[in-house]
Amino acid sequence: MNEALALPDAMTIALDEMDVSDPRLLEQDAWRPFFARLRREDPVHFQADSPFGPFWSITRFKDIVAVDSDHEAFSSEPAIFIGDRPVDTPTQSFIAMDPPEHDIQRRAAQPVVAPQNLAAMEDLIRSRVVEILDGLPVGETFDWVDKVSINLTTQMLATLFDFPFEERHKLTYWSDVATGAPEIAGGNVPKEERLAALGECLATFTRLWHERKHREPGFDLISLLQRDPNTADMVDDPKNFLGNLLLLIVGGNDTTRNSASGGVLALNQHPAEYDKLRRDPGLIPGMVSEIIRWQTPLAHMRRTASRDIEFGGKRIRRGEKVVMWYLSGNYDDTVIEDADQFIIDRSNPRHHISFGFGVHRCMGNRLAEMQLRILWEEIMQRFHAVEVVGEPVRVRSNFVRGYKSLPARVLPL
Amino acid sequence: MPKITLIEYGGASHTIDAETGKSLMQNALDNGVPGIDADCGGACACGTCHVFVDPDWMPVTGETDAMEEAMLGMRPDRAETSRLSCQIEVSEELDGLLVRLPEFQM
Repeated sequence: MNEALALPDAMTIALDEMDVSDPRLLEQDAWRPFFARLRREDPVHFQADSPFGPFWSITRFKDIVAVDSDHEAFSSEPAIFIGDRPVDTPTQSFIAMDPPEHDIQRRAAQPVVAPQNLAAMEDLIRSRVVEILDGLPVGETFDWVDKVSINLTTQMLATLFDFPFEERHKLTYWSDVATGAPEIAGGNVPKEERLAALGECLATFTRLWHERKHREPGFDLISLLQRDPNTADMVDDPKNFLGNLLLLIVGGNDTTRNSASGGVLALNQHPAEYDKLRRDPGLIPGMVSEIIRWQTPLAHMRRTASRDIEFGGKRIRRGEKVVMWYLSGNYDDTVIEDADQFIIDRSNPRHHISFGFGVHRCMGNRLAEMQLRILWEEIMQRFHAVEVVGEPVRVRSNFVRGYKSLPARVLPL
Repeated sequence: MPKITLIEYGGASHTIDAETGKSLMQNALDNGVPGIDADCGGACACGTCHVFVDPDWMPVTGETDAMEEAMLGMRPDRAETSRLSCQIEVSEELDGLLVRLPEFQM
């Protein structure tokens, strides 16, 4: 990746010179023709050289499902993003573990997002959404990312951890820093800043953990980990503790945040769909799935081949990185009709790849869907339109597909 | 066509004329039975077509393989009679099959 050079022309560059790990593909929203070409010409593609080392790119929907489902041939260890974990902050989390250890740790955390627990949270989420939307300056331009998306998901995350509410902005910051290292996914968070932030994150949660031990057990994530005998001592293993904290913070934050912004952008780019929604707000649940597909807030997940394997006519060797480009799979029009279009009343909207498949499938998917559903239900109660009034600024990463800002204004009914 | 009965968590019962050679999941969707999401479309990769098979019918519906076990293992409401309905192929043998749907799919 050479900063001085503009991105190459996706249609004419030689396949073996194409670098799909270049974080500018997402930052500049230029990824579409690159992945379209790989899907068409070389769907299981080996890139010999990149800033992250050599890796395979899996770009078709069905191939991604196959790799994601085969945790024996395609291991999640040691890392699930294209880069390797920086050696200065060794962390370990269950998303980057294989069964059986993965299963044990995931089961401890999972009850917090089980549908029964979610039903109990619906009223709380709705009251917060209402407060956020009622506080927006009608008719004025503001940043939707900051005022709505970040605000909403950070409040939710603070609730899931039972984190001190007035300090909740720290969660967003730690989330951004955790995925922002250049060596992880091509971001631009300096090393010193990252080390300081993650140190503060660990220290803060270690203190919370010890305080909570002396309280009535609740239904928050820390209490759940303390209650499960398999994870009751996790605090004594800082590598594992910090790793799982970051997993839950990023998983509960970035993804829903960027879908909350992406939905606004999608409806503005497809005004006929916005009209459809105004005529029938009953389309919201299906639209939420379509937003999550269209946005694909995490562009990839990576595996590592645990043995030599024939796949898609290629020979993948043990130890090689295998990157499943969820973003590409979600735009594979051999599986999803008119995939480039945002269509809020698709017949099978849940059939998308954003949550991944197999044992690592997103744990918080129902919570994400619920938050987005409530957000849109309440938007439609209040506003004729959430209007995008300028260009979004996108995150520089090959992993997080998100927005730094999205200028918008709301128009009353 | 074998008749199969699916009972929703709330108690509503649906008896369908199922098509042989297709999965139970596909038959349920084709007949508009609510409570099965089938996000992955039948690849045994998401766990959102979970059903509880009536204990008497367990031997007839066959064995789970490693992948199905792995997906079922992630479910908080996993029971001995848990199956993924995309992994049950409908045959004449299943005429009269009874399954119950879980409270939620996730």
